[in-house]
Amino acid sequence: MITALAVVRVTSLFATAMFSGVFSLLSAVLFVGLDAVDVAFTEAAVGAGISTVLVLGTLALTSRHEKPSKASPVVPLFVVLVTGAALVYGTMDMPNIGSDTSPAQTHVSPDYLERSVHEIGVPNVVTAILASYRGYDTLGETAVVFTAGIGVLLLISGLRRRREDDNESEEEGGTS
Amino acid sequence: MRHHLILRVITKLLVGTIVLFAFYVQFHGDFSPGGGFQAGVIMAVAFIIYGIVFGLEKVQQVFPPWLVHKMLALGVLIYAATGIVSLFGGMHYLDYGVFSPHHPEHGQHWGILIVEFGVGVTVTGVMVAVYYAFASRPPRMSDEEW
Repeated sequence: MITALAVVRVTSLFATAMFSGVFSLLSAVLFVGLDAVDVAFTEAAVGAGISTVLVLGTLALTSRHEKPSKASPVVPLFVVLVTGAALVYGTMDMPNIGSDTSPAQTHVSPDYLERSVHEIGVPNVVTAILASYRGYDTLGETAVVFTAGIGVLLLISGLRRRREDDNESEEEGGTS
Repeated sequence: MRHHLILRVITKLLVGTIVLFAFYVQFHGDFSPGGGFQAGVIMAVAFIIYGIVFGLEKVQQVFPPWLVHKMLALGVLIYAATGIVSLFGGMHYLDYGVFSPHHPEHGQHWGILIVEFGVGVTVTGVMVAVYYAFASRPPRMSDEEW
């Protein structure tokens, strides 16, 4: 919470990047507390590790300080407060953490927990569901990661090549 | 970063450990938390930290960009090809029972391993490729400004 406020308040972009890394790491701890170890693992590796590095890499290409914004903060603040209040109101209906009558515990998960032991034979049920029962979804996710990587490559590498071409053509124009 | 002796020594010690841990997460993913996505990211981190400390040219000697770009597609192909293999075995697409017809459990095990390996290859490729793409652009800031 304090970290999130710090992310918003600090104007030095370097500190902002670091604080968002810290925030990711703290949410990973939160996920461990909720027994979602796989999610926590991903959050720690991707959120705190890779994305901080990538943000820093982007930062090296731009300036170091945030520009002071001229827009009035009233309307965005109102929208955020209303959305937050709606979300908090939504949590009123949620079952308690660890309640054995919650939909997450009664719907399909007992079925998976029972079946995966003798159908898949893999102790980590998360992996069994991810790679086997939901194999199509994971194939789709891999394709999404692939597409995202290709997109970044096209955008950034393509820009660089075009700028080099421009420089060359300018040089040619200057010498002729 | 040439003058940071401590960083360079620590990085040299750590890179091997990180790669080893990535392989552990990759191939032990069916017994403990982890899997292709996490292992791919950890593997990429090993190359990225090497690139940050020792410079982009050094890491690209070890892990050249053309290989990274091939890995992007190779992982997805491994995943999709697994499904096609099970089609040829007379099963549904991505039904791993085909790898061991008499012991479907073992087949599932193999299938999950192969598929997770595909995921790991793609994720490593994407993360390293994105890092290369950012890092190989000429920076506007010098090191001292940080």
